[in-house]
Amino acid sequence: MGLITSPTGQPIPPGADQDMILTAVSDELANRGFVIAQADKLFNWARSGSLWPMTFGLACCAVEMMHSAASRYDMDRFGMLFRPSPRQSDVMIVAGTLTNKMAPALRKVYDQMAEPRWVLSMGSCANGGGYYHYSYAVVRGCDRIVPVDVYVPGCPPTAEALIYGLLQLQKKIRRTTTIAR
Amino acid sequence: MTDTKSEHAMTNLARPDQVAMIENLKLQVSSHLGSRVVDVDTFRGEVCFTVNVDDIPSILLMLREDSGGAFTQLTELTAVDYPSRAKRFDLIYQLLSVTYNRRIRLKAAIGDGDVASSVSHIFTTAVWSEREVWDMFGIFFSGHNDLRRLLTDYGFEGHPLRKDFPLTGTVETRYDDQEKRVVYEPVTLTQEFRDYDYMSPWEGVQTAMRQDDPSPQGESE
Repeated sequence: MGLITSPTGQPIPPGADQDMILTAVSDELANRGFVIAQADKLFNWARSGSLWPMTFGLACCAVEMMHSAASRYDMDRFGMLFRPSPRQSDVMIVAGTLTNKMAPALRKVYDQMAEPRWVLSMGSCANGGGYYHYSYAVVRGCDRIVPVDVYVPGCPPTAEALIYGLLQLQKKIRRTTTIAR
Repeated sequence: MTDTKSEHAMTNLARPDQVAMIENLKLQVSSHLGSRVVDVDTFRGEVCFTVNVDDIPSILLMLREDSGGAFTQLTELTAVDYPSRAKRFDLIYQLLSVTYNRRIRLKAAIGDGDVASSVSHIFTTAVWSEREVWDMFGIFFSGHNDLRRLLTDYGFEGHPLRKDFPLTGTVETRYDDQEKRVVYEPVTLTQEFRDYDYMSPWEGVQTAMRQDDPSPQGESE
């Protein structure tokens, strides 16, 4: 999905330029049987191309999260499959109001995710408490509990907004130049 | 009894058969409950019996077992806080008769620290409802087998739906990287809660509104 990048980092649209690169790569494969790429680029390509989000729906945002996975917006186009287990997922979408009672459970689930892992905070409540900012029972932003990579504003954000946020996360991953070990 | 009030409310109802039905229900239930009814009120076709809190279990049992209405469902059990009253809480029980499509409401005043009798042995649904009322208002129910908090956090202190409970509570949570766990701390707000009460003389918008509004000031609390 749009992962053929030019030296400037911008995706190359379909056309003669893209065909040239694809032909060069297939020629290389036909001639020598392998291609050479930079390891970090390859890792980033693999990571951003198969972001598996964990289902962490807490409130109404979860419905929009479901919409983004359903046929109209279809997150699977980007290699994103919802996983029911934190141990199989790369990104946690905190979709909804995080309460004090839920906070230890959220942290436990985050700790169970394998590195590299990312967190996307979805909606006003997860971003900063939102409507329930002054409530006695709500955490004022899920970044008090887990480190957040992308904040998606909205109440709730549309499915498109969530997809946009996930694409931003892909960009962020592709910008990474270190390999964590 | 509040006959004039109830008649006035019933004239608002369009259908005379409803009026007859409500009147019939009132008579029926009142004859069952006898002198234990403190007050009967009808508002827009909703019948409400005020009773003593000690009578509640026997009344509910009677309504379920003996009444012609056969009130087999307790649809709601909740409370209301009136902090200025001597008996500050109202316990409210709403009942539904599926057979006759009728609903009635029971109200009983109860003071802070008083003990109500559990009705969980009569209506099983009251197990959770009474836990919720205990959680939110701190009204204790004797005879309840498992009167834990229902909704609030483990180790929560206070009863949030009491009017004197602070909106933002007393503690907030944060993950502590040193301790590797979620810790509780006293609430610190970067900005105080603002309730945008435009009728209050202490808010700036009032000066603009006062010029247009000929009504005297100080109507709001």
